[in-house]
Amino acid sequence: MDIRKDFPILKTNLIYFDNGATTLKPQSVIDAITEYYSHYSANAHRGDYSISQKVDTVYETTRNKVRQFINARETGEIIFTKGSTESLNMIVFGFFKYYLKKGDEILLTKSEHSSNILPWFELGKDIGCVVKYIPLDNKGKVTLNNVKKMINEKTKVISLAHITNVVGDIRPLKEITELAHQHNILVVSDASQSIGHMKVDVTDLDIDFMAFSGHKMCGPTGIGVLYGKYEYLDKMRPMEFGGGMNASFDVDGTVEYKSLPHRLEAGTPNIAGVVGLGAAIDYLNRIGIDNITRIERELRKYALEKLSKIDNVIVYNTHTDSGIIAFNLKGVFSQDTALYLDQHNICVRAGSHCAKMLKDEFNTKNTCRISFYFYNTEEEIDKLVEVLQDGKDIFKVIL
Amino acid sequence: MDQNLKRTIILEHYQHPAGKGLIDDDTYKRADMNIESCIDEIHMMAKVEDNVIKDIRFDGEACAISTATTSIMINQLKGKTVAEAKKIIENYNNMIYEKEYDKELLGEAIVFDEIYKQPNRIKCATLAWDCIKKIIG
Repeated sequence: MDIRKDFPILKTNLIYFDNGATTLKPQSVIDAITEYYSHYSANAHRGDYSISQKVDTVYETTRNKVRQFINARETGEIIFTKGSTESLNMIVFGFFKYYLKKGDEILLTKSEHSSNILPWFELGKDIGCVVKYIPLDNKGKVTLNNVKKMINEKTKVISLAHITNVVGDIRPLKEITELAHQHNILVVSDASQSIGHMKVDVTDLDIDFMAFSGHKMCGPTGIGVLYGKYEYLDKMRPMEFGGGMNASFDVDGTVEYKSLPHRLEAGTPNIAGVVGLGAAIDYLNRIGIDNITRIERELRKYALEKLSKIDNVIVYNTHTDSGIIAFNLKGVFSQDTALYLDQHNICVRAGSHCAKMLKDEFNTKNTCRISFYFYNTEEEIDKLVEVLQDGKDIFKVIL
Repeated sequence: MDQNLKRTIILEHYQHPAGKGLIDDDTYKRADMNIESCIDEIHMMAKVEDNVIKDIRFDGEACAISTATTSIMINQLKGKTVAEAKKIIENYNNMIYEKEYDKELLGEAIVFDEIYKQPNRIKCATLAWDCIKKIIG
């Protein structure tokens, strides 16, 4: 398969099944970053000489690429951050801290990533708003009906992962947003696990705020995006103040801040990260997002069929649609399984996957997680299955 | 020691750990440990009377090495004075961190004498020993 040649790390015999944590990088992304550092490594927004002009052009062109990629209305709605976590913290502490009042309710679920829980907990301590959990159904999914049941006159915001990082279920965001807006409730979504895996259209979903990270979509680490509808972002208080975000200020303390998006991007930005993210979007567009979704689903279906034939494997999420499979070897602690697979050059993640409250829903605290991306193959799955079948020898391998 | 024998000892303790399960008894002192970089966590309780460790119990979710070393440690330290226990703990840590150590003091804990070759397992091998230190001081 030609796609695999695009990823230098795949030239080794590595089998990488931890794409939920981060994805591998294609040569075009690596080259774009090297090109920036080698040939035009000036600062942004200082366009007095040609290489700085080039930085500005590439930086703002990438912002527009992101806008098109998620179908936002305008580039002012795209803020570069260091990743989903920073984006979510900005949403909570830059916007909702001033929007919510004491006693207002925030709806989450127990399968959220910690970055979509802990900021809300902290906000609760600050201003007295209250976190409530939408119950999951017996397959670990969010249903519109369960959202309906939890809504009351105090509910002001619903914040959900688009795809959860352990269960792997795709949330019905469009329906949830429609329902929420009927009750004047805002909707925040963490798209970390969906971006680059399926079409994410903020206009179609009518989402109010969204966060994602570049490194989970073939881009570099340290770059991410905060999306918000302009009217809300414009009310967001910057978390950082300094260069690049002010228009003017004077000794008496009068300050005028820049308009969006620059007001929310204080300091020298992660230019190399933005350049790399732009190259990642170009790359994904060349493969085609619908192709990516299709390949992942085929891989998942193939893997589930094979895994279900192994007696000593328990799969916890057979009913979801994304490329995420949570499993354990019977009677083996998940970390020992991961160490065993590592001995065969297979990378999976063991643990609670930053979703520490999920133990109540899953009835197990720790799992191994396989998360596919389009460069994985059926041959890799065959190898995984073969190694797991030999799992009775696990302690001979790891001890 | 032969690798097969080591493996047998580790597995025996992993599958049938000594002191497994906490009890409701106020005369025990408790401590909890987890590893920030991985997922092992243990809860431990120990009863110290007249400066002697009468009993140690634990619970939690952890990997084979972490569980096995907890069990071996409990067998080693039960019935020892606090001072003797501290010496054994120090000696164990010396082995783990490649310093001079006395094999005679270690008992079955000697099965971990080559764990330094796997740096990512050192925390698994020291979790229980750090936890008991929190209890006996």
